[in-house]
Amino acid sequence: MPLPEISVEVSNLTRKFGDFIAVDDISFKVKRGEVFGFLGPNGAGKSTTIRMLCGIIPPTGGTGRVGGYSLGEENMKIKSIIGYMSQKFSLYDDLTALENLDFFSGIYPVPRNLRQNRIEEALEISRLGSRQDDITATLPVGLKQRLALVCSLMHRPEVLFLDEPTAGVDPISRREFWELIYRLSESGVTVFVTTHYMDEAEHCDRIALINAGKLITIGSPKQLKSNGQKILEIDCSNWQSAFEILRKSEGVIGECSLFGTKIHIMPKPYAETEIVKLLSSAGCDLISKREVMPSLEDVFVSFLSRGTE
Amino acid sequence: MPIVEVINLRKSFGDVAALNGVNLTINRGEAFCLLGPDGAGKTTFLRILAGVMAANSGEIRILDQDIIKHPDAAKQSIGYLSQRFSLYPDLTVAENIDFYSRLFKISRQDNQIRKERLLEFSRLGPYVNRRTKHLSGGMKQKLALSCALIHTPKLLILDEPTTGVDPISRREFWKILYDFLADGLTILFATPYMDEAERASRVALLYGGQIINCDTPENLKRQFKYHLAELITDDNRQSRQLLQDKFGRNNVVFFGDKLHLKLEDYQTANSQIQQILQENRVNIVSLEQIAPGMEDVFVDAIA
Repeated sequence: MPLPEISVEVSNLTRKFGDFIAVDDISFKVKRGEVFGFLGPNGAGKSTTIRMLCGIIPPTGGTGRVGGYSLGEENMKIKSIIGYMSQKFSLYDDLTALENLDFFSGIYPVPRNLRQNRIEEALEISRLGSRQDDITATLPVGLKQRLALVCSLMHRPEVLFLDEPTAGVDPISRREFWELIYRLSESGVTVFVTTHYMDEAEHCDRIALINAGKLITIGSPKQLKSNGQKILEIDCSNWQSAFEILRKSEGVIGECSLFGTKIHIMPKPYAETEIVKLLSSAGCDLISKREVMPSLEDVFVSFLSRGTE
Repeated sequence: MPIVEVINLRKSFGDVAALNGVNLTINRGEAFCLLGPDGAGKTTFLRILAGVMAANSGEIRILDQDIIKHPDAAKQSIGYLSQRFSLYPDLTVAENIDFYSRLFKISRQDNQIRKERLLEFSRLGPYVNRRTKHLSGGMKQKLALSCALIHTPKLLILDEPTTGVDPISRREFWKILYDFLADGLTILFATPYMDEAERASRVALLYGGQIINCDTPENLKRQFKYHLAELITDDNRQSRQLLQDKFGRNNVVFFGDKLHLKLEDYQTANSQIQQILQENRVNIVSLEQIAPGMEDVFVDAIA
C-alpha cells in the first residue's frame, strides 16, 4: 500500500478537561516528509494535541487521521507507525545506551533478524559509538537526547512527534539534532515538532501557531514573516540605557524588545519622532534606525502579546 | 568592585573532574553569563557558589565572606534559582512567597511590601490565589524568581531559568531582571540561549571544567579570527550540502533561515560560492560578510 500524501490531518479537533478547553476546534494538514513546527506559549495546548495525535488521550470532539488511520478507531495501527519523543526522556537511566536501544527494539517490536542492523545504524547516526556501554544517567543531555531520538526510530516510524526535544540543550547539540531531523525528513519521515527556540522554528517547512487552544495562524516561516508587522530596528550607543528609557514609554511608541544588543520596536503610528527624542534625552547616539522584516520571534510576540498571562 | 572571587576551584565526582581549577571574578552590578556545552560543569559551579554543594578545594569569597570556611555566611545575601525549583504545587502563588519569606525570617510588614512589589513586577497579581500546579510554565518560572528575590539578595544565581519557557514569558522574565539590575542587583546566570548571553556584561566560557575565555560579548566577538559570510538562497538545504563539500562540514551551518560560512578569506570564497551555486542552479537571495554573534563564538570555541 503506498503511503498517504497527507500524514496528519485533523478537523475541528477539540479536547476538554472538565470546563477547561485545552484544544479548541483546530484543523490542519501535514504533508508527508514535512517538518511541521507547532508553536505556542506554555499551556497553549501543544502537548495535549500531540498526545491526541499519538492516541494516548482521546479527543472530546472532532476527527483526525495519522498516516491514513483514524484517531480513536485505529489507535493501535497509529501507534505502530509513529515515533514519539517528549521533553522528559523515556529512557531507562540505569541501563546502558546499548541496552536502551535493545529494549526499545524489543517493545515496538522490531523483527529479530533486523535488530542488530538497526541498533548499529542507530549508534552510527546518533554518534554514540564510544559511549554505547555508558550508563544512560551519566550521559550529557545532548547525547541522551540523541539516544532518545534513535530509540523512537527503531521501528522506522512514518510520522515522528517531538515535544520540545531540545529544551536546555547547548547550541552545538541542537545543531546536530536538527541535522538528524533533516535527514529523516529527506528520507520521507514526517516530523511534527514543538520548540521554544525561534531559530529552530525557522528550519521548519511550515509552522502552526496556537494560543489558548486555538489555531492562530499557519504557513511557511517566510509567509508568516512577510505578513507580519514591520519592525523598527534601533542600533545605538549605550543600548542598556536606551532600552531602559524606551521600554518605559512602550505605551506611546510600541512594544520594545532586545534582539542581541539591538532594540526592536513594533512601532505605533507616529512613534519615530518620539523614539529619536527619547534616545537623545538618554544621551544615546543613534547609529542606525531602519525598518526590518520581523523575525519569527517578533511574529510570535505580535500575534500573542495581547491576551497572554 | 568584586562581589564574587573564585580561585582554583576544584570538584570531582569519583574519577570525573567536573571543575578543574576555575578562576573567576564577578563585579557588583554585573549580569554575568556562564556559557558552556552540556556537561561542562555549569550547574556544579553554580551549586557550589549557592552553598548547596561543597567543593573539594579552592577558595570562594562572596561579599567578602569566605564561603569555603563558612558556607552559611553569605546565604542571606544570595538568591538561587536551580533548574528544578522546589515550588510547592499545592500552595497558591501567595502561599509560596510567604513560605520563602518565613524561611528567611522576614518580618510581616516587609514581606507584605516586597510581595506586592514582586507580584507587580511579575504580573502575577491576578493569580495570587491560584495553586501553583495550575500555573503555566512561564508563570511558574516568574513565581520561582519572585521567591528567590523575597529576601532582597545582593547576588542572584540563576541556572538556565528560561529553559522551556516561551518567547513572550522569556521577555517578561528578563524585564523583571532588568528592573532589579537597575536597582544594583548582581546576576550570575547560565543559559542555552545565545541572545541572553549577548546581553550579558561579561561572558565566561566554561569547557572541560575550566574557564577557557572570559570577556565582554563585544571583545569575545572581536577575538573571532575568521571571516563570516551570511548566505540566503532559494534552496538552503541544497546549498548547505554543496558548500559543505567545498568548505568543510563544520564551516557551513544553518542559522535560522540563513546559512553561516566560516571562512579564511571572504573575498576569495565569495566568487567560489557564487560559482558553485550557479553551476547547480541555486539562486542567491543575498550574500554578505557579517560580524560574528555569540553563537558563532561559542561554536568556534567548543566544536
